[in-house]
Amino acid sequence: MTAATMERTGQDGRPPAGKTGPLLRMDNVSRHFGTLKAVDGVTFEMHAGELRAVIGPNGAGKTTFFNLISGLLPPTGGKVIFEGEDITGQTIVERVAKGIVRTFQITEVLPDLSVFENIRIGVETALRLNARPWISRRERAAINSRVFELIDIVNLDGKANRIVGELAHGDQRVVEVAVALSANPRLLLLDEPTAGMGDHETDHMVDLIRRLHRDQGMTILFIEHDMDIVFGIAQRITVLDQGRVLAEGEPDAISADPRVRAAYLGSLE
Amino acid sequence: MNRIIAIAAIWVALVALPWWLPLIGGYTALGSKVLIYAIATMGLNVLLGFTGGLSFGQAAYFGLGAYGAGMTLKYLAPSTPLAILIGTLVGGAAATLLGPLVMRRRGIYFAMITIAIGQLFYFIMVRWNEVTGGEDGLAGFSRQDIHFGPWLYRLDETNFYYLVLLGFTVAVAVMWMVLQSPLGHTFVAIRENRRRIEFLGVRVERYIWAAFAIAGFITAFAGTLNALLFNFTSPQDLHWILSGNFVIMIVLGGMRSFFGPLIGVIIFVVAQDYLSSITGNWMTFIGMIFVLIVLLFPRGVLGILARRVEVR
Repeated sequence: MTAATMERTGQDGRPPAGKTGPLLRMDNVSRHFGTLKAVDGVTFEMHAGELRAVIGPNGAGKTTFFNLISGLLPPTGGKVIFEGEDITGQTIVERVAKGIVRTFQITEVLPDLSVFENIRIGVETALRLNARPWISRRERAAINSRVFELIDIVNLDGKANRIVGELAHGDQRVVEVAVALSANPRLLLLDEPTAGMGDHETDHMVDLIRRLHRDQGMTILFIEHDMDIVFGIAQRITVLDQGRVLAEGEPDAISADPRVRAAYLGSLE
Repeated sequence: MNRIIAIAAIWVALVALPWWLPLIGGYTALGSKVLIYAIATMGLNVLLGFTGGLSFGQAAYFGLGAYGAGMTLKYLAPSTPLAILIGTLVGGAAATLLGPLVMRRRGIYFAMITIAIGQLFYFIMVRWNEVTGGEDGLAGFSRQDIHFGPWLYRLDETNFYYLVLLGFTVAVAVMWMVLQSPLGHTFVAIRENRRRIEFLGVRVERYIWAAFAIAGFITAFAGTLNALLFNFTSPQDLHWILSGNFVIMIVLGGMRSFFGPLIGVIIFVVAQDYLSSITGNWMTFIGMIFVLIVLLFPRGVLGILARRVEVR
């Protein structure tokens, strides 16, 4: 365990409410754009250690839902509660500090920099060093070893010095996950992590998500269109449709749910 | 390792400049001017090339440094170090105070507001006749020899060049340290993808402010040396044309590379010095050189080199 993750677990001396209650609770949350109800009265709970998928047809409000959790958008109604604390009015920055970290549907990397440099800025930010105009040899060594640890976790060994913009799409998405991990997330939000990937790349990403959940005990919420992946790895599934929760439960229950089949799965078959 | 040897070689060449430059038709003050502009543009490049802030008003802080130094010598005390200190603080403080106005703007709006602020200072210096000398510029001061206790450092042309070289070396060391630090990494990350770094929990605007302030202090420092070089400064030292020239110099040399601006300054200042002695239309030829270099080296003269170093 590194200094960075120790710090994070060191902050765990919180009131028991945060421990036993849900990690994240969305309480009747809405986001309306004029007359469009992108998210409409969603109540949602997620516990620490869960691996959950959010699915739904196009326009169901999945990405808006992510934006409400991560703080990119304020809700027009309802409350967002993280570890028992109302964070509805908090900014992206404050939520990242609490451990709510996301990746994007569109690849967001630092394209002209190397894999190493992309992850390093994440590690330095997690250590709150951004404002430091100097660095000691010892600190640099600690930062570098954490960067290589993350490169190892996501299986990008040997690509540390590659320019990210020149990597294959799948590897760029993996870099994004590594950067998200550098922030020591307590809740990792992945927006369509396998979008646009080939079979081989998809397998790599799925394996990564599974390992993060199993080996690191990470709480992961992901949006995904590929039903093989969703039903293959998610422990629970939340189905959104027209801004509302249509169904929620374990994969077997969801695939058997007639409303889900009617609204969504049926249209794929 | 190659890099260290190259930097050491350049530095030795700079130390020996008063001997070799006259042999090829130059003069030591031209060397001083190149180094002063190199300090200014490398400082600006912390903001422009490394943070991605399109400042087109950087001459304001250069000029404020120059006026600060000149007015210190003229009205306050006959001390060269004090003039440098006060000029640097005046220009740097102005950039720091104005940073919040600038840091929220992006792209072309960032450029517009930096030009506007720059022109504001230009008109102040033009209008405030009795103190600044107005359009005619500020004269009637001269750099003073420096006393270290019993020691006397006489600031003739050559010795002044070494003072500038010392300033250049210190400024380069400071900028190098900053750009290798987490702060410098944050600047580059903002340039590359502001949204991504915001989502890591970085309050991006504060760091744009920091880059703006650092660029302001360093450019102002260069401005003080420029006033001391000519024992004169004028509103042209704050004008947007000079700001534009700074940007051209940086683009010529390569804005993504640390020493790019130095190369750009050498090309620009030497071409200007040589061509302006031949023709009044020297700017036309500078323009042609600029177009040629941008066509041949889209990332500036040092851009290609820097790219190779990155990949390795």
